[in-house]
Amino acid sequence: MAKRIDVSGLSAFYGTHRAIDDISMTVEPRSVTAFIGPSGCGKSTFLRTLNRMHEVTPGGRVEGKVLLDDENLYASNVDPVTVRRTVGMVFQRPNPFPTMSIYDNVAAGLKLNGVRKKGELDTIVEKSLKGANLWNEVKDRLNRPGSGLSGGQQQRLCIARAIAVEPQVLLMDEPCSALDPISTLAIEDLIGELKSRFTIVIVTHNMQQAARVSDRTAFFNLAGVGQPGKLIEIDETERIFSNPSVQATEDYISGRFG
Amino acid sequence: MTTIETPPAAAPPRKAATVTRAGDRVFAAMSRGSGILLLVVMAAIAVFLTVRAASAISKDHGNFLTTFEWTPSLNPPVFGIAVLAYGTVVSSIIAMLIAVPIALGIALFITHYAPRRLGGPIAYVIDLLAAVPSIIYGLWGALFLVPHLKGLNLWLDNYLSWTVIFHKSDPNSAARSLFTVGILLAIMILPIITNVSREVINQVPKMHQEAALALGATRWEVIRLSVLPFARSGVISASMLGLGRALGETMAVATVLSASPVLSAHILDPVGGTFSQNIVAKFGEADEFGRDALIASGLVLFVITLLVNGAARLIIARRKEYSGANA
Repeated sequence: MAKRIDVSGLSAFYGTHRAIDDISMTVEPRSVTAFIGPSGCGKSTFLRTLNRMHEVTPGGRVEGKVLLDDENLYASNVDPVTVRRTVGMVFQRPNPFPTMSIYDNVAAGLKLNGVRKKGELDTIVEKSLKGANLWNEVKDRLNRPGSGLSGGQQQRLCIARAIAVEPQVLLMDEPCSALDPISTLAIEDLIGELKSRFTIVIVTHNMQQAARVSDRTAFFNLAGVGQPGKLIEIDETERIFSNPSVQATEDYISGRFG
Repeated sequence: MTTIETPPAAAPPRKAATVTRAGDRVFAAMSRGSGILLLVVMAAIAVFLTVRAASAISKDHGNFLTTFEWTPSLNPPVFGIAVLAYGTVVSSIIAMLIAVPIALGIALFITHYAPRRLGGPIAYVIDLLAAVPSIIYGLWGALFLVPHLKGLNLWLDNYLSWTVIFHKSDPNSAARSLFTVGILLAIMILPIITNVSREVINQVPKMHQEAALALGATRWEVIRLSVLPFARSGVISASMLGLGRALGETMAVATVLSASPVLSAHILDPVGGTFSQNIVAKFGEADEFGRDALIASGLVLFVITLLVNGAARLIIARRKEYSGANA
């Protein structure tokens, strides 16, 4: 299921402002890649270019190529809706559909894909909730609203919703920043389990988290306010945190700036 | 929410001596006063309507609820609200059936489909519709809508006559019917429903829409999955505001409708009446007793409006925990 992501010469714009500049990188299938860097360095923006969510923002525009295996997501004949069914996303704030039950939240993406049979839905909903380590907590109240769960449970519900459609890639935009340490740990464990099935890219502000969950880490930085963000380096997580090849990375991860 | 346990004290705990400031006191008195004033006004209206209505109804020699005619000047007086209640409800239902889908469509177009350059001007034009006085709508309805709806009436009578509803007893009669009134009311309540719906739809959090988008939802599916469920209770409230106006609209109905005390299932027939149309038509020539009778009909309109609002609140409350409010 998992696919390789190959980005070359990618820049993203908000109107005329260039938010990220000329980024190239490869993300291996069935691995976890973490994006770290200071606020405003464009790591979230870059993440959103990987499932064509960036262009949803008014004025959002992208130049360059993103290959999923061999298919360019930005080719003129590619429908962004199809892209987003292949590349799932989990957001910073847990955002289950408030008007839907837990069951319907997980089934939402399946129904969009035309899965209608009750039996099939039941099976996939259970499998996805189990996959998100949430099944045992919610199996008795699948018809209760998803918004009644705790923050950490809601986020795992969102992960269940995202993996229910069996995406090739799972993008996570600071998935733990609104959660307490215990919920964070639950999500991190989950990421470790999910990487056997999906290609995972995670943006995080928490460097320990990047060190714990990821195989490779990419460091983004920007020269100053209003300057575009750039990819400084991407390497094995272990190397980034022990012996990075760029001085700026070392400064950032050890807490020294500039 | 944290609760601080109070130690079990023998004496009732004394309120901590708080400093009340003059500004606080003035403001609290003002807001309390406004609240009380509202209740007093409502109670005054209710008492006035009930007392006058009761004295009229007690002298009614017909059945007040089922009589078609409105002839309180006869001796003995005979008057009833059957035709008025029917006409009011039917014309309002027609108006809602037409206005709510269109208003929702416009609101969604402005918020989700129209380019920004277009959305603003459209919203402005809709606002202008709300600013037109109802007598102008009435004149436009009588002088433009009535003659121009003749063709549509004939078409409906020709092809949909079998539905009974669209059967027209005299195909050549003018379109001064409840159907025309309904269309006119629909245009009049369109702006309020559109504007309130637009406000509500604009408040649907971006994160819910992005959740749908990220699952691979098309624009319509985003609206269906995240926008409409979230905005549902607000759109119902908006519709109720519109319905309230449709139920009570006076001048436009009085100008267009050819009133007569006939209750007909054929909504294209130029017969019938509504509460407020009847009041404005009869008030001038009514004597003291006639006025009380009209007030009694006003009381019924008041009650119908209350019932409609109550029903709307029930609908909204029924799925409260699923609403976006606790997201």
